[in-house]
Amino acid sequence: MTETLLDIKDVVVEYPLKGFRKEPFKALKGVSLDIRPGETVGLVGESGSGKTTLGRAVLGLAPVTGGSIKYRGQEISQASRAQRKELSHEIQVVFQDPYTSLNPSMTIEQILTEPLTVRKVDRQAANKRVAELLDQVRLPHGAAHRLPREFSGGQRQRVAIARALALDPKLIVCDEPVSALDLSTQARVMELFIEIQERTGVAYLFVSHDLAVVRHLSHRVAVMYHGEIVEWGDGEQVTGAPEHPYTQRLFMAAPIPDPDRQAKHRADRLRLLELQQEQDVQAGVA
Amino acid sequence: MIETPLALPTTAAKVSLFRRLLTHPTGAASLLLLVLVALASVLAPLLATHDPGTASLQDVLAKAGSQHLLGADSAGRDVFSRLLFAGQFSLAGALLALAVAMVLGVTAGLIAGYYGGWFDSVSSWVTGLMMALPGMVVLLAARAVVGPSMWLSMMIFGVLLSPAFFRLVYASVTAVRNELYVDAARVSGLSDFRIIGRHILTVVRAPVIIQSAMVLGIAIAIQAGLEFLGLGDLNIPTWGSMLNDGFINIFKSPTLVLWPSLMIGLVCIALTLLANAMRDELERSRGPVKKSRKAAAAAAAADAEGAAEKRGAAAVVHADEPNENAGELLLEVTDLGVGYDQPDGSTTHVVNHVGLTVRRGEVHGLVGESGSGKTQTAFSILRLLPQGGRITGGSIFFEGKDLAHLSEKEMTKVRGKRIAYIPQEPMSNLDGAFTIGSQLTEPMRVCLGISKADARRRALALLAKVGIPNPERTFNAYPHQISGGMAQRVLIAGAVSCEPDLLIADEPTTALDVTVQAEVLNLLRELQDELNMGVILVTHNFGVVADLCDRVSVMQTGRVVETGPVRAIFNDARHPYTRQLLDAILEDTAPRGKYTAGKATAAPADGQSAGPMELKGVTS
Repeated sequence: MTETLLDIKDVVVEYPLKGFRKEPFKALKGVSLDIRPGETVGLVGESGSGKTTLGRAVLGLAPVTGGSIKYRGQEISQASRAQRKELSHEIQVVFQDPYTSLNPSMTIEQILTEPLTVRKVDRQAANKRVAELLDQVRLPHGAAHRLPREFSGGQRQRVAIARALALDPKLIVCDEPVSALDLSTQARVMELFIEIQERTGVAYLFVSHDLAVVRHLSHRVAVMYHGEIVEWGDGEQVTGAPEHPYTQRLFMAAPIPDPDRQAKHRADRLRLLELQQEQDVQAGVA
Repeated sequence: MIETPLALPTTAAKVSLFRRLLTHPTGAASLLLLVLVALASVLAPLLATHDPGTASLQDVLAKAGSQHLLGADSAGRDVFSRLLFAGQFSLAGALLALAVAMVLGVTAGLIAGYYGGWFDSVSSWVTGLMMALPGMVVLLAARAVVGPSMWLSMMIFGVLLSPAFFRLVYASVTAVRNELYVDAARVSGLSDFRIIGRHILTVVRAPVIIQSAMVLGIAIAIQAGLEFLGLGDLNIPTWGSMLNDGFINIFKSPTLVLWPSLMIGLVCIALTLLANAMRDELERSRGPVKKSRKAAAAAAAADAEGAAEKRGAAAVVHADEPNENAGELLLEVTDLGVGYDQPDGSTTHVVNHVGLTVRRGEVHGLVGESGSGKTQTAFSILRLLPQGGRITGGSIFFEGKDLAHLSEKEMTKVRGKRIAYIPQEPMSNLDGAFTIGSQLTEPMRVCLGISKADARRRALALLAKVGIPNPERTFNAYPHQISGGMAQRVLIAGAVSCEPDLLIADEPTTALDVTVQAEVLNLLRELQDELNMGVILVTHNFGVVADLCDRVSVMQTGRVVETGPVRAIFNDARHPYTRQLLDAILEDTAPRGKYTAGKATAAPADGQSAGPMELKGVTS
């Protein structure tokens, strides 16, 4: 029996809407998921499906109104500020946009030492740690005294990863961390994610709209649609032979980078849509 | 394998605001004046020739001379000495008002902006109320209650001024409150106090400094106004009370009114100019510096050299597949160069010697990473380069006309009618103030010269054609009422409304969800078939290329490195950069594989630093 690192059960997130007595907007409608140590769980979905909200709920940045999120058996969905501070040791984050996730007026060194200051790490140890972190994400030490704007998107994302690693977390929530990057940069940053995982045993909750990225990185994959998980299981199985109609539609929609295979894929997709429509009609009749 | 990104750009020199102000002519002048006035006031006890309060009956309204440098007032007090000492009180009073306004406004703005909630509502309400109160009346009323104390009235005035800071800080804080770096700091476990100190205060610092200079000027003026009305403290000399005295005796000694008004005027003007100068330096970069003719010639020569240098190796060209039903040549771009004029007179070349052709009925994909110049190339064909950009060389032949050298007037006839455009961000390309219908019919009436009723019929037919379920409703809707995918369909409908020969699509599906993308790609294919258009498709997604394109040009740093039929590019890429791009595609890589539980439990469970671990099925 494997120990579970993070156990998400029937989580509901609601955002109050403006207006008197309006029903709140349900971003998550009872989502369950678990992550084991050292594992990557991919979360795929389209915009508005609630995948980012789930990541933010784990981080305590979204209002959880129902269900439970347990980190190593400890309930964290309603964690206080002090508990969060303790958790910062364990759970960290890498955001999508490398341009707004780093404060433009702070040097890379200041950005990387910020989480350490919470731990009251002394200056010398902090400097040593910054050098280690830059090594880990393959940035030169000279980067420490520069401002974020001097770096390219891929380099900034490396800084964001280094910041997440600063406290040696056991789980990193990755919210579309490679979506804003160019193709070749994206591939390199993904290799970095895998390499860090193999070295440190950190687990990832990897949120992305890109099926290929999720397939490449994840041991298990959850597909989200309208605030619910519609398919959840082994990565190879979910991305290779999806069962839920929505997952099938989603996977057939992604174009294949090969003209001849894409032509076939396109035809398959249209056939699938027709078939599903027929089934819907039949279900409606029955 | 991970390559080490070693190349870091050189550091841009950080210049402090103070230093930049010194090079700003009006900024430096006002700063100098303010420093002189402040110094004179501080050093008043040393500089003054007389005691400012000592009255002398002999010297009543004395003329300027050796005894009194600037004459004496109605009580025989020395004007020069009073002016210096009055500076102390006037400036101190204004600073007091500023301090009160800043402490109240900035603190309340930070709290309300960062936490929101009830404090936000209450403080916004209170500021609204305070801004509605006429300041002068409140000050007069306060004087009646608390007596003629300059300090007290300036403190009250400070409270009245605090909304200026509150609004400013509130707006800045709400803008950054949800920035991702603030979220990241929260996840790091930083206290709110530290987050505000480190991330939020730095953002509001500059605007607060600018606002302070303005507020200081207002405080000096209002204070002078109060004293001028005779409502001030008679025991201390201020510029306002001197003004009062001078005004009463304006017929007996006209110069008396001159000195205090000069001081008040100069200081207020200097503060306002200083605030403007600071705003200039902080918020705007300087426009292009006018260059001398000689420098321009030198720069042009360097440009030519630079452009020639950037030509680099010739592009890899794949032979066309034999195809008897290939359409006529529609667009031929040769040796195209695009550059941006820099402030120092030089030109940055972003596109160099690009050549490409589009036949009727053909989709030509322009592929590359960010900064490769693919969008610049597309925009230069439309002649819609952003500010400062221009075509530096080459030709763009479209139906026998060279678009690169066409007049703006003739270009207008080509754009929209003959060459249409589909943007990347559908939402930002629709005007939220007009209905979709009016935005669709207006260009049609101009381009095709048809009546309003005809245009409406045509627009409804087009909306139906691009797969919008309820055309009538969408026609009457505003952009915010429809989804992104629908908006892109509307824009496609608009682009093909005048039946163009060439369609330029700039990343038309990048902002869309993958299922919507598939629909839009289908739509584009159908329309292209039906209208037999030539299409230039700018994209970074090889899946989209494979789905839609007949020909592909791969761009890198402003050059075409490889061009040819789509199958040749995918199956027989020869340029190393093309191969590198194709290798980065993930679709064909194996999935990550199964999680191996046994190994993982051994790793980090007990909180110890983790050892290396293996995962089965990890791909390279």
